Amino acid sequence: MKRDPVYGIMAEFDSATALVEAARHTHQAGYNKIDAYSPFPIEGLAEEIGFHRDEVPLVVLIGGIVGGLTGYLMQYWMSAVDYPLNIGGKPYHSWPAFIVITFEMTILFAGISAVLGMLALNGLPMPYHPVFNVPRFSSASKDRFFLIVFSSDPKYDPAGTRGFLQSLKPRSISEVPS
Amino acid sequence: MDEQYKATVDTQAPVMEPGYTFGTVTEKISAIVLTRPASNGWFIGFGIAFLLTMMMLYAIGYLFLKGVGIWGVTIPIGWGFAIVNFVWWIGIGHAGTLISAILLLLRQSWRNSINRFAEAMTLFAVACAGIFPAIHVGRPWLAYWLFPYPSTMGVWPQFRSPLIWDVFAVSTYATISALFWFIGLIPDMATLRDRATHPAARIIYGMLSMGWRGSARHWHRYETAYLLLAGLATPLVLSVHTVVSFDFAVGIVPGWHTTIFPPYFVAGAIYSGFAMVLMLAIPIRKIYNLEDFITELHLQNAAKVMLATGLIVAYGYGIEAFMGWYSGDRYDAFTIWNRLHGPYAVPYWSLLICNIFIPQLLWIKKMRTSPLALFLLSGVILVGMWLERFIIVVVSLHRDFLTSSWGMYYPTRWDWMTYIGTIGMFLAAMFLFLRLLPAISIFEMRTLLPEAEVKE
Repeated sequence: MKRDPVYGIMAEFDSATALVEAARHTHQAGYNKIDAYSPFPIEGLAEEIGFHRDEVPLVVLIGGIVGGLTGYLMQYWMSAVDYPLNIGGKPYHSWPAFIVITFEMTILFAGISAVLGMLALNGLPMPYHPVFNVPRFSSASKDRFFLIVFSSDPKYDPAGTRGFLQSLKPRSISEVPS
Repeated sequence: MDEQYKATVDTQAPVMEPGYTFGTVTEKISAIVLTRPASNGWFIGFGIAFLLTMMMLYAIGYLFLKGVGIWGVTIPIGWGFAIVNFVWWIGIGHAGTLISAILLLLRQSWRNSINRFAEAMTLFAVACAGIFPAIHVGRPWLAYWLFPYPSTMGVWPQFRSPLIWDVFAVSTYATISALFWFIGLIPDMATLRDRATHPAARIIYGMLSMGWRGSARHWHRYETAYLLLAGLATPLVLSVHTVVSFDFAVGIVPGWHTTIFPPYFVAGAIYSGFAMVLMLAIPIRKIYNLEDFITELHLQNAAKVMLATGLIVAYGYGIEAFMGWYSGDRYDAFTIWNRLHGPYAVPYWSLLICNIFIPQLLWIKKMRTSPLALFLLSGVILVGMWLERFIIVVVSLHRDFLTSSWGMYYPTRWDWMTYIGTIGMFLAAMFLFLRLLPAISIFEMRTLLPEAEVKE
């Protein structure tokens, strides 16, 4: 497949408010393959660029269930099936005594799932990304806000998209080489 | 918000002094890591901490050579310093998780400027705590027997024992604390990657940042994961010291076998943890000129948490004494009498003075706003909480049911060297942390600025 030499067009904004408004207008104008970058989380920004399905909670739920089952079944199998030992006359399957480790394993698996799930869904770690080619983008981790329209967007055309972004009154516009 | 209420809130010290922008917040915090040269004070402090760490390694090396006989532990006091220090360190760690997780769920935005180093404190404290059970098992090269693994012997751990619960609780706690700390650092690592000028620093911070670029989709999943981790860490941290208290409470030793232990251990943990937070925060804000970020409000709030948890601890002591009398059990009654009048009466009275009487000074506003007073008071509380664990471990064990099995416990110089050595290791790790990683969460501080608010 031939790769477009341009990854997208990026506009730079001064404030969180400007970025949210720009993202809303761009999405409303019919652009779907867009992204916004900010130095801190902005509530509602993801929704403005058309992101609605966050699967992290599901991953964490599954992780927690798997962890809890693993913890409980491990103790049951080890204490009651594989090597039953009579300890103080207690039943082999002493379920109340198994609750603590079941709980800890639930938390452990759910927590690891939260971190790994978040990273995996975000496609991280990814040391290289085309947006890093824009010199001004280093301010995205400090005090600047960026909006990009990807060249893969069906509505994308080099001059038209640039003109549209210009109408949003950004601080600067740059082309992102891929 | 109700206008009147807002007015009363505004008269308090602010979470952050006004006049900062995204840029200046970023520069101020990252400069400590990136541009500010290490001062002589840092080298002296780190040097002392490093020497103490070496002393600890020497003491542990000698222990491995000779065995636990070099310590003061004997029967009936088989637990001694190792368990006292383990409980003390684990407890100190709890404040970090409380600040980073519980206060996040409660939407206490003042946590944003202290959560990062409080979490670092948690990690280092748990690392210090973890040393003790491992070297206390007698044959430390077999410490991995604690974990359920398929061995040639075919046996498994005894899951009805709180000691194995503790293995799971503490290792889960260490893992989750490390993960929480790490994902909190990712966006700040990206900031350092973009600010650093030295190529090695760019590469290292770049790797640690995982290629973070601040995409809105990423932030959304990030915040979800962060919030869920906080929700998971909250019951976890409460469970950890509860399980630690089970190590005692499930035993039938007089003075241990009581239901007040879990809540009173958790409260004591947070009490000592906040004391450690203040002992770290007060010099850090002074030396690195961070008074604008760690304001009077933070010190006051921490002081109030200490006052509240200190009162819960006092209630725990009261209930212990009450139950000693009310249970009608002569051994329980004797335990209380023995604490007050027995051979360890001096540490017990010191503990009451350090943990209950002196901290009542926190009712006075002047004390809560004076950094020096808070620093000294936190030191007193840390000593008091260490004495509490000493009393629980030693005094209960040294006089149990049969007079024929009574004994005394005297720590040796190796006990002290190991204990003081872990304090050195903790401080050495803190010194390195301050120079290598942003001690205050930069991106969370940005969200506190008025310009971070989106105006419709």
